[in-house]
Amino acid sequence: MNSANYLYVAALLFTIGSIGVVVRRNAIVVFMCIELMLNAANLAFVTFARINGNLDGQVMAFFTMVVAACEVVVGLAIIVTIYRSRRSASVDDASLLKR
Amino acid sequence: MTSNLLVYLIALPLFGSALLLLAGRKTDKWGHLLATALSAGAFGVGLYEFSQMLSRANDQRAVTQKLFSWISVGSFQVDAGLMLDQLSICFVLLITGVGTLIHIYSIAYMSHDRDRRRFFAYLNLFIAAMLLLVLGDSYLNLYVGWEGVGLASYLLIGFWNQKPTYATAAKKAFVANRVGDLGLSLAIMISFATLGTVSFAGVKAHAGQASTGALTAIGIMLLVAATGKSAQFPLQAWLGDAMAGPTPVSALIHAATMVTAGVYLIIRSNFIFDAAPTAQLLVAIIGAITLLFGAVIGMAKDDIKKALAASTMSQIGYMVLGAGLGPVGYAFAIMHLLTHGFFKAGMFLGAGSVMHGMDDEVNMRRYGGLRKYMPITFATFGLGYLAIIGVPPFAGFYSKDKIIEVAFNMGGIKGVTLGTAALLGAAITAFYMTRVVVMTFAGNKRWDEKAHPHESPALMWVPMVLLALGSVASGFLFTHGNSLVNWLAPVVAPNPAHRSEMLKPAVVSILALVVVLIGVGIAIMKYLRADVPVVAPEDVSIFTKIARRDLLQDDFNEAVFMRPGQKLTQALVLTDSAVIDGAVRGVARMTKGSGSVLRNTQTGFVRSYAMWILLGAIGLIAAIWVVTL
Repeated sequence: MNSANYLYVAALLFTIGSIGVVVRRNAIVVFMCIELMLNAANLAFVTFARINGNLDGQVMAFFTMVVAACEVVVGLAIIVTIYRSRRSASVDDASLLKR
Repeated sequence: MTSNLLVYLIALPLFGSALLLLAGRKTDKWGHLLATALSAGAFGVGLYEFSQMLSRANDQRAVTQKLFSWISVGSFQVDAGLMLDQLSICFVLLITGVGTLIHIYSIAYMSHDRDRRRFFAYLNLFIAAMLLLVLGDSYLNLYVGWEGVGLASYLLIGFWNQKPTYATAAKKAFVANRVGDLGLSLAIMISFATLGTVSFAGVKAHAGQASTGALTAIGIMLLVAATGKSAQFPLQAWLGDAMAGPTPVSALIHAATMVTAGVYLIIRSNFIFDAAPTAQLLVAIIGAITLLFGAVIGMAKDDIKKALAASTMSQIGYMVLGAGLGPVGYAFAIMHLLTHGFFKAGMFLGAGSVMHGMDDEVNMRRYGGLRKYMPITFATFGLGYLAIIGVPPFAGFYSKDKIIEVAFNMGGIKGVTLGTAALLGAAITAFYMTRVVVMTFAGNKRWDEKAHPHESPALMWVPMVLLALGSVASGFLFTHGNSLVNWLAPVVAPNPAHRSEMLKPAVVSILALVVVLIGVGIAIMKYLRADVPVVAPEDVSIFTKIARRDLLQDDFNEAVFMRPGQKLTQALVLTDSAVIDGAVRGVARMTKGSGSVLRNTQTGFVRSYAMWILLGAIGLIAAIWVVTL
């Protein structure tokens, strides 16, 4: 199977993720879209590792997973706290810096 | 020799001035008496010092007193010290003597003024400052007195400053004097830079080592200072307006003493001018120009005080000319200064007396025939008149003829030019002074029925009589046995080597008398034989018109200095507001503008930030793709 196909999938996932971040208001969905983008990047890393025949990309993918895990913990905590105080998970409501 | 009394010369009137100014209206009742007594006290100290001087040998007469160490910076040491020598004592006696007489006169003259106490406080301040000027033993001490008399002059010219023109006249005098003061401060700086000292003794001792260029620079700067204070060309324009002050002020400050400070400065600095012939020649030229300048203005003035002021300018021109003729002229310049102090102060007091009797009328065309109504004023004024035009044996004959004679004896084209100018000045002096006397005291009455001319009280005429006696006798006393020349010899050693006789003294005297007679004759023909119109005629020649406008001195100053100065200030203000403020405000406006534009990007919506990040990333990748393609 052609390795380039994996890259197409990765690009598709990244595009879906980024569009989701920009257009959706729900913080949970935005968060999931960010995860989607990270995983698209991971897929691209692993594919390049396969194409080049070394482990550099694999190592980077592990790094990304660690970072993503940390991010999920901190991010979900923030979202839950905001939801508790404001009864809203919309990112547009959290715009205190503007006003 | 030292003397502990010198400080009292200055301290007495200074104390009076401070007390009268600080104690205010409480001293209204007796302030004028105290001021007069303190001035007389200073005169007493001066007389005592004079008698002490007479009892010593000629080269032992100078006394000094160190008051305190004033400035001590590294090698620059200035003591507040006083020095009384043969030159200073002449001035001390003139200032305190004439000053006291004018104090006495002012008691009566200013009796109706509600601010008489303030007037006397300023007069005492002037006496103190003028004494400091002539007693200081260094240029820096002199400078303090120099500024002090400038201040007193300003305060007294603007004494009636409720009239805006008088306040303007005071300001004009002050500004013109500032120009001169700049010259003096520059002279002090050059002196310190090149000679390392500013004391008279130090400069005299070191003057030989300095280059002629430096000495010429100091000399010219001193001359600038003298032209400002002594109303000499080209800084003469303030003196006529200074007549806005009360008449005793005109007599004391603007005739007898302060305006002669420039002559004092030049003669005190004789060691500089003797070593800088260019500067010395310039002094003589300035003197000759001014003596003609003042005389021409004097011919056209109808205001009695302004005519006398023009005459003062002209007579000081004689003194400066004498001072510019070098060692042979110094003593005669001082002699003319002293005799002038008597007769001009006397005539100013006479003019004040006439104004006193004529309800402060100053226009001579509204006088006439006052001889019968004011006999004492007429007599004293007449004696002063005979003295100033140089009729023997009155004072001016001795002093002025000597200056004319010395000028001719300079030899060469220089001597002929300066001598002719002085001789011509004598003729014009005779003309305008005769005009003043004839228009005021002779002829038919031209005043209103309302005026009741009367003789002034004794407090006023006694000082006038004493000054008239001085203007009769002083010239003879000074020349008898060459007394003044010998007296001043240790300070300004006359140099007999230059003494060449181009014209014999008798010839000069006869020449001077002839031109004086011509001047008097023309004036009598014009103003006594013919009727004097009450309103100045308008159909006069262009020369008369120019002379009435003070030879266009104000127009010149206005066109050359004031208008361009105003334009320059306006341009600078414009530059300041447009360029400097503009730059500062521009930076502020730019920051504010860019802020308000950039603020629009800060929406506070996370998604829009994410959008920007995405667009930025896409832009970056596109740029890299374009570059690597």
